[in-house]
Amino acid sequence: MSTVAVEVVYRGIFQKTLARNIVRTIVFAARKEGKIGTAFGRYGDSPERNGIPAKQFAIVSDSPEELEENLAVYEAGEVDVTINVDDTMCKGIESWAWYGLQPINALTKPGGTLIVTSRQEADALIEDIHQKDSAYNLSIVPATTSFSGLWVYKDDHTDVRILGALAKVCPELVGLDSMLAALEDQDWGGLKLTSARNSFDRTTQRPVEPGEGNDDTPFTFELLGWRAMEDGLVIRGIEGATGFRGSALGDSYDPINSPADGGEQGYEPTRNSVFKKFSTRSMRPVINFETCIKCTLCWLQCPDTCFDVTPDGLYDANMDACCGCAVCEAVCPVPDCITMVNEAEFNDNNSQWEHWTRDKDGYQKWMTELIEVQKAHDADSERSHGYHSPGKYEAESESEVALTGDDD
Amino acid sequence: MATETLPQTEREELISGSEAIAIACSLADVDVITAYPIRPYDTVMQYVSKLKADGAFDCDFIVAESEHSQFEIVKHASAVGARTFCGSSGVGWFYAFEAITVTAGLRLPVVAMVGNRALDDPGAFGVEHNDAMAVRDLGWMLYWVGTAQEALDIALLSWRIAEDPRVFLPMAISCDGSFLTHSQAIVNVPTQEMVDQFLPQYDRGRLQLHPDNPITVAPQVNEDWLMEIRRQTDDAMRRSSDVIREAYEEFKQLFGRGDDSPFIEEYMTEDADIVLVGMGTLAMPVRVAVRRMREQGKKVGFVRVKFFRPFATDEIREALSHCKAVGVIDRDYSYGSPSYGGVLFNEIRSALYTLDNRPLMQSFIAGLGGREVLVRDVEEMTAMVQDSIDSGQVKEENTWIGVRE
Repeated sequence: MSTVAVEVVYRGIFQKTLARNIVRTIVFAARKEGKIGTAFGRYGDSPERNGIPAKQFAIVSDSPEELEENLAVYEAGEVDVTINVDDTMCKGIESWAWYGLQPINALTKPGGTLIVTSRQEADALIEDIHQKDSAYNLSIVPATTSFSGLWVYKDDHTDVRILGALAKVCPELVGLDSMLAALEDQDWGGLKLTSARNSFDRTTQRPVEPGEGNDDTPFTFELLGWRAMEDGLVIRGIEGATGFRGSALGDSYDPINSPADGGEQGYEPTRNSVFKKFSTRSMRPVINFETCIKCTLCWLQCPDTCFDVTPDGLYDANMDACCGCAVCEAVCPVPDCITMVNEAEFNDNNSQWEHWTRDKDGYQKWMTELIEVQKAHDADSERSHGYHSPGKYEAESESEVALTGDDD
Repeated sequence: MATETLPQTEREELISGSEAIAIACSLADVDVITAYPIRPYDTVMQYVSKLKADGAFDCDFIVAESEHSQFEIVKHASAVGARTFCGSSGVGWFYAFEAITVTAGLRLPVVAMVGNRALDDPGAFGVEHNDAMAVRDLGWMLYWVGTAQEALDIALLSWRIAEDPRVFLPMAISCDGSFLTHSQAIVNVPTQEMVDQFLPQYDRGRLQLHPDNPITVAPQVNEDWLMEIRRQTDDAMRRSSDVIREAYEEFKQLFGRGDDSPFIEEYMTEDADIVLVGMGTLAMPVRVAVRRMREQGKKVGFVRVKFFRPFATDEIREALSHCKAVGVIDRDYSYGSPSYGGVLFNEIRSALYTLDNRPLMQSFIAGLGGREVLVRDVEEMTAMVQDSIDSGQVKEENTWIGVRE
């Protein structure tokens, strides 16, 4: 095969320029070797909502005829390399154009490579990444999630470090010299060239065996045929809510007038079971149910109606519905009652309230540890977008330098 | 690589079809550009804004308050002698329709880009050709682009053709949403000198609205006048074919690229039993499918219609007169049309009616709302046409391809 395809999976709008820089440079570099290519974003991702998983592609062929087989499509059928520039998307991605949950490695071809920017270890990432029937490789570019393409953020060399790693794991795409020449053409000389070269030298691949990884079945849905769809663009509303965690409430339940605070039955709105949106989340709220004063603000202000009212009048953020916007943390009047924590710390979407109800001491210990980890991250600006930790753009990451080596 | 045959003076860029048209605007030194955002056309205005902000392009760039005003402004600017560009997509194009119809009636050579998009409702961003097709009867020249390179080239040609005093008609450049407007390809961008050599100044002559040339434009008329005015526009459209040929030949000489014909692209049609016909970017999977089927010994060819208006009746007759059957792939619909066929299908069937040996004709509706037309879809359509040849008759004149039953 003389066509090589690369996808970059990124967080919509925040990392769009980063992704664009990567896919365009791939085509430029391949051009140095006489190949021809195209670069494009997945049309359905645009206009990009904050944090939505989105994709851009670079496809490179030896001839225009071969390239033509890969044009006029939204998504490549399979890719030689998947590049994921936010490790929380290893849990799977759901675009706002509603395709169900797609494993991060869904398009990675047998023997291909998944490159992830992450500070996690390979084994921790593989726990999140869905299993495949075929073997592939995992390469980690040690880095925090980068927003370097966003104009308010500093250039952190993530683009060139990924491109250096790419030249290493996929030499049939483009050699290091061509990659470096393409960087120089874009006036990315000096230190950025060194970063690319260092990344090339340091990048290793960890083989992932068939069946290794997360064994969850990603949620999907059936698209109806035209005969089964309702005429006139009509979409039926979902049946009414049935109370917290499905408890039968009967006709007497009035979600407006029943007191949420102290109510006996609780309330859980009916949600779309096949359009969940949680893969948008790069941080999630962790709730201290002991200090909650039941003020309702999180429940009222959540733009995604993700809070379920529990039978004891508390508010449980439903992790299938939470987009991680951090509005709840911002409006909560109680210090440290709601804390946004890096999504990478979690391996499931289980209910925090159920955990707390079952084992109050265990929950408090778990929660306290998470908050401490997050505070350490905060000091190091591990995550800084959305409402969380505003104004940290300028912070330099000390440990980042330690991780990647001093490129001087 | 193709670059070896190209003039060394051109520079290579990795750009989308929209970016290519924005660059063409700059190279053509367009005087007035109006804009109102609607996807996917709005990518052009983004790139024009950027060129202007970078100081690389000096034009009056007016973001109007609606598509209707956007097209009114360029209409007036064109009347006073300004080179103009604007564009829209889907229902935005439809909202401008009153201004769009009068532009042709007044013989104003406005050049517009239509980023093809499905018409609402349902709200959708993907490509369908019905938006641009709506001007087919109005005196607009109408072109369907196949690649980003062609987008740049036809834009330069558009001003040359539209502003030719023998023509003075507006021209719409149709670009498939996403596949052209949002996909970046390697494009050769000509130098300013080359473009200056090819593209003369717009000179409206005695028709220019100017204080030194006191004229009235667009009076109200009654039945004593209207038919003659329509006949003038009709004659201008008839004349445009020669102007297009002339300009295209000169373009090919100067820029070193182009097809045999400005109107259609023929692909492996020479000995073909089955010829598929389509417009825009669906040519890509079709050409791939044709190559694969040729490898299997099937005699299949493809005609890409580039100019939909003026419709190249003679060339299309010639291209389709030697085959046994024609399958027309429409990325449009025409509810209740003859045989429920697509718009292009019925135009082609009409053009072929006077042939002595008429091929079998089959209509396919595919790729609506931007659904990808896949190689296997093309193979499926070809197999259906082959069945018609084998049985000597077309059982289903129209088939929707790739629709979920």
